[in-house]
Amino acid sequence: MNIITLSSFDLSLAALLVVLLAILGLILQLGITRQLLVAGLRTTVQLLLIGIILKTLFENTNLWYMAIIAVLMLLLAGREVMARQTHRYTGAWGFAMGTVAMFVSTFTVTLLALTVIINTDPWYTPQYAIPLLGMMLGNTMTGIALGLERLTQAAREKRREIEAQLMLGYSASESVRSIRRESMRYGMIPIINAMAAAGIVSLPGMMTGQILSGTPPLEAVKYQILIMFLITAGTGFGTVVAVLMGARRLFDDRERLRLDRLQ
Amino acid sequence: MACLHIEDVANDVLSPVSLNVHSGECVVISGVSGTGKSLLLRAIADLDRHTGIITLDEVRIEDIAAQQWRARVGLLVAESAWWQETVAEHIPVIDTRNLDALGFEEKVGEWSISRLSTGEKQRLALARLLANKPEFLLLDEPTANLDPETVTKVEALLLRYCRETPAGVLWVSHDPAQIKRVADRHYRLSSQGLEEVSL
Repeated sequence: MNIITLSSFDLSLAALLVVLLAILGLILQLGITRQLLVAGLRTTVQLLLIGIILKTLFENTNLWYMAIIAVLMLLLAGREVMARQTHRYTGAWGFAMGTVAMFVSTFTVTLLALTVIINTDPWYTPQYAIPLLGMMLGNTMTGIALGLERLTQAAREKRREIEAQLMLGYSASESVRSIRRESMRYGMIPIINAMAAAGIVSLPGMMTGQILSGTPPLEAVKYQILIMFLITAGTGFGTVVAVLMGARRLFDDRERLRLDRLQ
Repeated sequence: MACLHIEDVANDVLSPVSLNVHSGECVVISGVSGTGKSLLLRAIADLDRHTGIITLDEVRIEDIAAQQWRARVGLLVAESAWWQETVAEHIPVIDTRNLDALGFEEKVGEWSISRLSTGEKQRLALARLLANKPEFLLLDEPTANLDPETVTKVEALLLRYCRETPAGVLWVSHDPAQIKRVADRHYRLSSQGLEEVSL
């Protein structure tokens, strides 16, 4: 099947729909017209930029370029995890917790997928490595952010219960066991639900994209299944690591609950 | 005789406090709100950071594992916390003599936490604390939410535990009549520190 390339005119037609929506917003006084147009402009500029970067990378397969892009993606995802926390950890921990957890989980799973499962040559071929890492980071980021958010909220809400357990001789780890478990579950539920609903409620974005660009449906499905499993594993492992680190950081070396370590 | 030694213990709110509590004696602290009575108990329980020296039988708090320390100095606050479904899940080994003294039957273990009144929770929190057999008791207004009849039961049990074990008791109370009933020594805490009050 041939890829039907889109012309600037095709994209302008789609953009016209957004402009029409903006006009409707203006008539209905929704107060979103400016926001909508700016977001539309941003999506065009940002995606074109990333397109140019990807084009350059695809034409120059280089381990160092890949490493730089991967670290940049990781740092941006780490910042996003931090920004999503209502009560983030103070100091460098706020950023480090999510970033380290994502590094451990997404980089390991992506590396495994590239070297063992997809087995591209070289393993860091950008055409595979970048989209894979991007999808892994995007989903793992959500799981980790949800897990940490639940953990810090629960620690604040259940301070009395935690300290009562400490006073009865429980260890710090024992006193937050149920909160920790609940937070890990909370971080993993969305991806488990997404796996359960895939293909029934919605067609996953990556698969849809591949089909639109001419990949045979069964090939696209196989890739989608692979991606779903990798994302689930990455999200799960990342959430576990982040929540374990977060729960540990809630206590000091005298096993005191340190809510002052949260903003 | 075991001694809980507190020397210049202070934090951001609490002015330096020095005090000795021996096992078998009940020391009461009173004072206006905001002077740090609860914070003093929390510092001794090692729940909050503090400066100064705290020792138990001449062993410094830093030299005892946190878990072990907290099991030796039990803290009871005015509003108890519960996290499991039933009483028995919180108090696996319960002293029936203590239960009886607090007006409960043995089957209280089967009771659901959700059906307990504030007063019942408070009395059971005391039974839970004593089941741990602490050497020192840190009591932060333990009878604040109880009716007079229950206050009498709780005081009697605490004093019996204090004399029989023998355990030292550091009791924060605002009630002058209660202070007269239970205190061996009475101190008032202010921004200037502790000042002994004659009984």
